[in-house]
Amino acid sequence: MPTELVVPEAGTRELSYAEAIREGLAQAMQADERVFLFGEDVGVYGGAFGVSGDLFHKFGPERVIDTPISELGIAGAAVGAAITGMKPVLELQFSDFVTLAMEQIVNQAAKIHFMFGGKATVPMVVRLPGGSGTGAAAQHSQSLEAWFAHVPGLKVVQPSTPHDAKGLLLAAIDDPNPVLIFEHKLLYKTKGPVPEEPYRVPIGKAAVRRAGRDLTIVGSSIMAIRAVAAAARLAGENIDAEVIDLRSLRPIDLTTIAASVRKTHRLLIVYEGVKIMGIGAEISAMIAESDAFDFLDAPIARLGGADVPLPYNPVLEKAAVPQEDDIVAAARRLVREGRA
Amino acid sequence: MAIAPGSRTIAAQATERPELAALSDDGLRVALSRMHLIRKFEETAEASYMRGLIHGTMHLSIGQEASAVGATLELARDDYILSTHRGHGHCIAKGADPARMFAEFFGKENGYCRGRGGSMHIADIEGGNLGANGIVAGGLPIAVGVGMSIKAQKQHRVCMVFFGDGAANEGAFHESLNMASIWRLPIVFVCENNKYGMSMDIARAMAVANVADRAPAYAMPGVTVDGNDLPVVVAAARPAIERARQGGGPTLLECKTYRLRGHSKSDRNLYRSKEEIEAWREKDAIRRLESELIAHGRFDEGELLAIEQAAQKTIDDALEFAKASPNPDPAQLTRDVYAD
Repeated sequence: MPTELVVPEAGTRELSYAEAIREGLAQAMQADERVFLFGEDVGVYGGAFGVSGDLFHKFGPERVIDTPISELGIAGAAVGAAITGMKPVLELQFSDFVTLAMEQIVNQAAKIHFMFGGKATVPMVVRLPGGSGTGAAAQHSQSLEAWFAHVPGLKVVQPSTPHDAKGLLLAAIDDPNPVLIFEHKLLYKTKGPVPEEPYRVPIGKAAVRRAGRDLTIVGSSIMAIRAVAAAARLAGENIDAEVIDLRSLRPIDLTTIAASVRKTHRLLIVYEGVKIMGIGAEISAMIAESDAFDFLDAPIARLGGADVPLPYNPVLEKAAVPQEDDIVAAARRLVREGRA
Repeated sequence: MAIAPGSRTIAAQATERPELAALSDDGLRVALSRMHLIRKFEETAEASYMRGLIHGTMHLSIGQEASAVGATLELARDDYILSTHRGHGHCIAKGADPARMFAEFFGKENGYCRGRGGSMHIADIEGGNLGANGIVAGGLPIAVGVGMSIKAQKQHRVCMVFFGDGAANEGAFHESLNMASIWRLPIVFVCENNKYGMSMDIARAMAVANVADRAPAYAMPGVTVDGNDLPVVVAAARPAIERARQGGGPTLLECKTYRLRGHSKSDRNLYRSKEEIEAWREKDAIRRLESELIAHGRFDEGELLAIEQAAQKTIDDALEFAKASPNPDPAQLTRDVYAD
C-alpha cells in the first residue's frame, strides 16, 4: 500500500467522474472481500446517477446490495458491519437524504471509536451525491457537507475531478474512520485523466490547482472547477489568481491555505453551501487566528450559497449559488478595490 | 412452609415445569450468579451516586435482571449483543468484568472505555458486547449491519439486540426489523417491555397490546413472555437463538418486566403508583427463582446464599478496584477521536 500512496502519473486515459468512482469501487472490491456496496437502487438499476453501473453484474447481489428506502436503517447497518470486520460503502441516493440518517452517522458512527475508549473502529464510507444545478429543487440540491465537518470523529471529502474521485474513494475505504464523500451531481459526467491502477489521494491534503501571486481562491468540488475557470479569465485581466482545491473539509489543510495567503495577501473562499455559518466562516477564522493574518492586504472575502432553500426555477437556482462570473467579479473587486 | 437446608429429597418430589427442567444446575448457578451481580452492581452504583462518588446520571435495571440474563444465557462467548441506555445488566449477563464496569462508571482510565463512555456507553468488545447506547433504538439498525457482517463472513454467530418498549415506536425499529427479515439475518430482537418509556405508559404510546404483536408485519415469529421468570425467558430465547444460528432469520422476543427504580436519577415517580411498584416487587425474579429451586430441591438455602455472597464479594472488590483506579490524563483529551 505505501507505494500506492505515491499518486501515479495521470496518463492520457480519460474517465468520467462517475466512471472513476465505479473503477475505484471495483478495484477495492476485487482487492478486499470485506468491501461491499449497498444503498437504494445500486443493483440492477445501477444507481440513481449511474455510478454503480454494472457492478451488480460483476460482483453479484451479495456485494452490491439493493436496500429498502430506509436511510436511517442502512446508515446504522453500515455502522454495524464496520464494527464487526466489514468495510461497507454506503450510497445515499441524494445527499439531502442524509437528514434521515443523521442519528446513526452523528451519534453512532462518529463517536463509537472515542466513546468506547478506542476499542472499536468504524471503517465505513458514505457516498453522497450533493449540490444544485439539476433543477431538483429544495430537497434534492443541498450542500450539507459543513454540518458533518462540524462533527469530531467524521472525515469529510469533496472531490472535484475524476482523478480525485477515485483516489479519495480508495483512501476513504482504507481509512479506519467513517468518511463521508460528497460527490457533485453536476460533475458525474465531466471527464479527466485517471490512472488505471489503484491509487490513493491522501485525505486532508489540498491541491494547488493554479499558482498565482495576486489572490488565493479556495474552493472544493465544483467550486474548485469554477475557480480554475475564473482564474483563467482573470489572467486576461492581469490578475494572477492562485486556486486551492480543498479536496478534504475535515481534516482541513490549513497549512496549504495559510502558505498561499502569506504569498498572495488576499483570500477569497468560494463554496456552494449556505454562506453563513459555513465552511467559509471556518476558513476565514482559521486564517484570522493564524500568523497568515498579518500578511493580508484586504479583508477575507466569502462567496457562498444564498440564504434560501434551493429554488426550482433555473434562473433563481443559478442565482442561489456562486457561478464562474461571480467568482471573477469578486476576485476582481478584491484585487482592484481591496474588498469583494 | 420454610424448607430447611438439606430437605432436597422431599422437595424434589414435586414435578418441575419444563422450562426449569431444561436448565442444568450449572446453568442455573450461572444465571443466579449473574442476576445477583447485576442487582448488587446497580445497588452499589446507586449508593455510590448518593455518596457523590459518581457523577452524571444512570439508568438502573433493578427488577429486569431475568430478561437480560435469561435471554443471553445460552449465547456463546463470541455471539454479539447490542445494549441500551439501561444496559448494565446486559453487559454483566454477557460476561463482562464488573470491576472494569465500575471503573468506567467512575470515569477511570482502566474502565472498559477508559472513562470516555460512562454508564450509558459501556462496551466490552472482546466479550461480544458491542455497546450500550444513549439513543433510544440506536442499536437496532446497527444490529442489521452486524447480521449482514456475520452472514457475509459465513460465521455462525448470532446478534442479540436489546431495546425497550419506547424504542418500538421509533422508525429505526420498523426499518431494522424489516431489513433483518427480508435478508434473513441472524438476529434476535429482545424487547424489554418495562411498561414505561420514561413516564409514558406503553398503553398510551402503542395501539397494540404487545410489542411482539407487530412481528407478523415483518413475517417473523413474535413471542411475549413474563420477563421476570428466568426459565421462561431462557426457554423463549433458545429457539430464537437456534433459528438465527441455523439461518432461519430473526425473531422478536418481548420480555414483560418492570424497572423498580425510576427512569433515571431525576425521576420522582409521578406517573405510577406505589401500589403498582409494590405489586411488581412481589414478582421479583431473583427471589421467585430461588424459592422455586428450593421447592424442587435443586439447591438448598446454603448454596443459594453462597452464590449471593460470592456476587457481593465480586461487587465489593469491583468497587474498590474502581476507587483505586487512576483518572484519565487531561493531556489525552483528544486521543481516540480518530483511529490511526
